[in-house]
Amino acid sequence: MYEIIAFYLFSFLTIFMFCIVVFSKNALYAMSALAGGMIFISGFFFILGADFLGVVQIIVYSGAVMAVYAFGMIFIDTTRDVKEKIKGKRMIYSFAVAIAILLVVIVSSPLVSSAIVSQSPMIDGVSNPKMVGYILFTQYLVPFELTAVMLLVAMVAGIVLVSKKMDISLSLKDDFIAEDEFERGVAK
Amino acid sequence: MITLTHYLVLSSILFVIGLIGIVRRKNLLMLFFSTEILLNAVNIGFAAVSKYHHDMTGQMFAFFIIAVAASEVAVGLGLLMLWYKRNSTIDLDSMQSMKG
Repeated sequence: MYEIIAFYLFSFLTIFMFCIVVFSKNALYAMSALAGGMIFISGFFFILGADFLGVVQIIVYSGAVMAVYAFGMIFIDTTRDVKEKIKGKRMIYSFAVAIAILLVVIVSSPLVSSAIVSQSPMIDGVSNPKMVGYILFTQYLVPFELTAVMLLVAMVAGIVLVSKKMDISLSLKDDFIAEDEFERGVAK
Repeated sequence: MITLTHYLVLSSILFVIGLIGIVRRKNLLMLFFSTEILLNAVNIGFAAVSKYHHDMTGQMFAFFIIAVAASEVAVGLGLLMLWYKRNSTIDLDSMQSMKG
């Protein structure tokens, strides 16, 4: 009974929040709604018995990713609405929706069949985080290590992309003066 | 009783919302938000399949998707900052340098 109530409550809240994200004109509202939606999605994970996934969802998405987006918000004046030239392309929207639903049906139709063999079955009596660790460090060890390398590459890429001209103190001087000095330094 | 179909329907609804956002939005930051919605919708589907088939594989793939999303945000926001420094706009219509 509680499961049904929780499912419908969380699904209503999640859809509502994500609709705000998609249709809101204010970037700050969109970001806050996205953070809220992430928290509600972790509620689904707890209902589904994937405790560790729910905790990771809260920590990584609502913590790390939304914090990074909050830093990205410096490019948008949050007091004003985001200016976008949205043309009324009803045809494209309806096609997109239809194709998405069709794709979900096609991809998920084999799940209805009973011919699915469990690759890494859950063991009764073992808690979910233990089970996750067991599977992750045996069956999925190589992808796990590759994911670590990928995160490292992403971190290095992020730093390199953003930190050009970091040796010149842009905060103390006007940007243009500092850039001029940089150009002259290169010319020398 | 909540069945797997309920979760798959919810997942597809969220996916459609994200897709509408991708088609509709013209601001690059908003486009990233829509991408996060898409990834989260898929994660719900994976976790649901994982429960109803007593299989941990779905949760494992959800973890990898979360890792991919995190690195995507890091690189994407780096590129966004670079573009904003150069053009002082992150509107999608300004990115037409490849237009023939």
